[in-house]
Amino acid sequence: MENNKLEKFYYDNNIVKHFAIATALWGAVGMLVGLIIALQLVFPFLNFNIAETTYGRLRPLHTNAVIFAFVGNGIFMGVYYSLQRLLKARMWNDTLSKIHFWGWQLIIVLAALTLVLGYTTGKEYAELEWPIDILITLIWVVFGINMFGTILTRRERHLYVAIWFFIGTWVTVAMLHIVNSIELPVSFMKSYSWYAGVQDALVQWWYGHNAVAFFLTTPYLGIMYYFIPKAANRPVYSYRLSIIHFWALIFIYIWAGPHHLLYTSLPDWAQSLGTVFSIMLIAPSWGGMINGLLTLRGAWDRVREDVVLKFMVVAVTAYGMATFEGPMLSLKNVNAISHFTDWTIAHVHVGALGWNGFLTFGVLYWLVPKMWGTTLYSKKWASWHFWIGTLGILLYAIPMYWAGWMQSSMWKEFTPEGQLQYQFLDTVKFMRPFYAIRSVGGLLYLVGALLMVVNLWKTAKQGNFVPEEAAEAPQLIKNVIVKGKEHWHRVVERKPFTMLVLSLVLVALGGMIEMIPTFMVKENIPTITAVKPYTPLELEGRDLYIREGCYTCHSQMIRPFRSETERYGEYSKAGEFVYDHPFQWGSKRTGPDLAREGGDKLRRMNSWHYNHMMDPGSISSGSIMPAYTWMFENLIDYECLPAKMKAMKTLGVPYTDDELNNCISLAQLQAKGIYDDLKKDEKNLLLSEDGLQQDHEIIALIAYLQRLGTDIALTPKK
Amino acid sequence: MKFIHYLESISGVSIYPMISLLLFTTIFSYVLFTTIRMKKKEIDEKSHLPLD
Repeated sequence: MENNKLEKFYYDNNIVKHFAIATALWGAVGMLVGLIIALQLVFPFLNFNIAETTYGRLRPLHTNAVIFAFVGNGIFMGVYYSLQRLLKARMWNDTLSKIHFWGWQLIIVLAALTLVLGYTTGKEYAELEWPIDILITLIWVVFGINMFGTILTRRERHLYVAIWFFIGTWVTVAMLHIVNSIELPVSFMKSYSWYAGVQDALVQWWYGHNAVAFFLTTPYLGIMYYFIPKAANRPVYSYRLSIIHFWALIFIYIWAGPHHLLYTSLPDWAQSLGTVFSIMLIAPSWGGMINGLLTLRGAWDRVREDVVLKFMVVAVTAYGMATFEGPMLSLKNVNAISHFTDWTIAHVHVGALGWNGFLTFGVLYWLVPKMWGTTLYSKKWASWHFWIGTLGILLYAIPMYWAGWMQSSMWKEFTPEGQLQYQFLDTVKFMRPFYAIRSVGGLLYLVGALLMVVNLWKTAKQGNFVPEEAAEAPQLIKNVIVKGKEHWHRVVERKPFTMLVLSLVLVALGGMIEMIPTFMVKENIPTITAVKPYTPLELEGRDLYIREGCYTCHSQMIRPFRSETERYGEYSKAGEFVYDHPFQWGSKRTGPDLAREGGDKLRRMNSWHYNHMMDPGSISSGSIMPAYTWMFENLIDYECLPAKMKAMKTLGVPYTDDELNNCISLAQLQAKGIYDDLKKDEKNLLLSEDGLQQDHEIIALIAYLQRLGTDIALTPKK
Repeated sequence: MKFIHYLESISGVSIYPMISLLLFTTIFSYVLFTTIRMKKKEIDEKSHLPLD
């Protein structure tokens, strides 16, 4: 029955080499930008008073670079190497491999350029504008075709567990990216999210959470299941556990998104759903961690010697820590403390630096000598990298945990008289030493990574790269007649498309049940009659707020705690955000919440905002906010307003025809009002060389800030 | 300002968490049950795939 005719073929190492180089290069870039923004929080002058180098624009660059450039290329490096070997087949199509590689690098370069230039959708980890979103979709499809082509032309009947993780990743990321990126283009490089307010938040965090799950976790678990057995030269501890790990993980992960929105205006039931599934996640996550670590049973002596195993052990341990902490942070009582603080930053960096970073380093140290047919240039340097990197993680995480806890405690502290103990600015000043130590941690981590780059470079130079690795395997016979009843999973494994569809059904199910009721809310939501659409000028100001990445430091979501209502005013209601395309709730409070910046409690003079944006430090001593001087020189783009208003109307914002037709003159009229008010106080204004002008961008921004949270105050009390 | 609970206004909303719980329990139990029953030989064969 079996035809044992051996076929000779070649593994494509060239594509793996390309992705490996890109991983190392973008890793260094992403970490460097991370270090810069960490230092900006200690020394605000490092914002250099230039729009393109300001924190609000560099922070999305850092997150996108690390997630999609560093880890993204790391995924493809791991997939292209392991997939070929596990399937005993060359990648299906070399041209597709090349399109995939160069297409992905093009996306990264475009992302880097557009983000610093201020083109952003304002949705975290999905900031890229619509043309790039389309390009991502196309390249992802190319990757999928190439992967499935390889699977279909394989010489190994069974799909090893790593490949299920790759299939699950591909299908889920495709779904997440498409659903979250549905947006209405206004112009080239400007769009508005299709969803608004609560719905936008739910979709965004369903995406954001699962970007962590299906971009930073599942593909890396696939890599773990291939490379740890390979490096340790022994099979995975429990293959049974890996099956359960896979199905439980992809099914449960997809539901946990709402834990990013606890105590917000999201309906309670959705929040609880997020919490329950997050707690359940501990089981598969820890199952996976234990499976990874126990693969090294009987080989622990080698961990002392082998730097590859060292990196992998710390990576899997960090995975275990982060996946225990995550569910803990999803408990409402813990989240009440941790949310919006640096605790979250510590948590994600245990995952990013420990799990993703160290696993990538381990794979690179294993892969480069292998593909260049040599040994590592310096084991000593690699060992130094390991220790510097580990110290870097500790110096990063510990101060941030501490800072997060202190921040939260200070925000919630009351005097015996019942007044808030601390001004927000007091808490900012308190953070500075912690931010400084964190920067040292980040610097060490970067130095370690650079040491690796040099080490691998020298390794490559001393060896000879094998672009085409010869291999032999018998042809796979189709239509095998199987006697008796087969195990179900074996059947599924043989049919990759069944696997794909099953995975899609499981993840789509979670997404739908989570989101549909909240989308129905739109029809059922009690409209707050006082909540009106933004005026044309406020809309323009809001777009500037988005452009400058204000949401990276300021939330717009007052949670129903006394400590927050005392500080910011009435807690936020779902009905207040119905016209917010996109929502701007934020996820971090490096600065104070702005949801009611224009409300009764916090309202400030126009001149205060004017001076504060020009030089925050001179108005609020000790502030670490950058200055936005270019907004005092750039002119408001009135011409784009009709298109923006029209787009908003298409999305359901009830602008009248009159407002649409006269939006420019309405905006100019409102700008004149603010200008006249500022003019009265001109001698006290911090002016740019251009002086006070009605059409400066800052006027639109002030209009938006003064509008924030005013609708509720206008509601007559019963 | 009085806000009614959004959830209450969706008809039959209580069915959603029930569906989810039921689906999860069923699928997970099935995977668990059948995986445990897999044969040792088959398990060994598959777990050695990266090493072949």
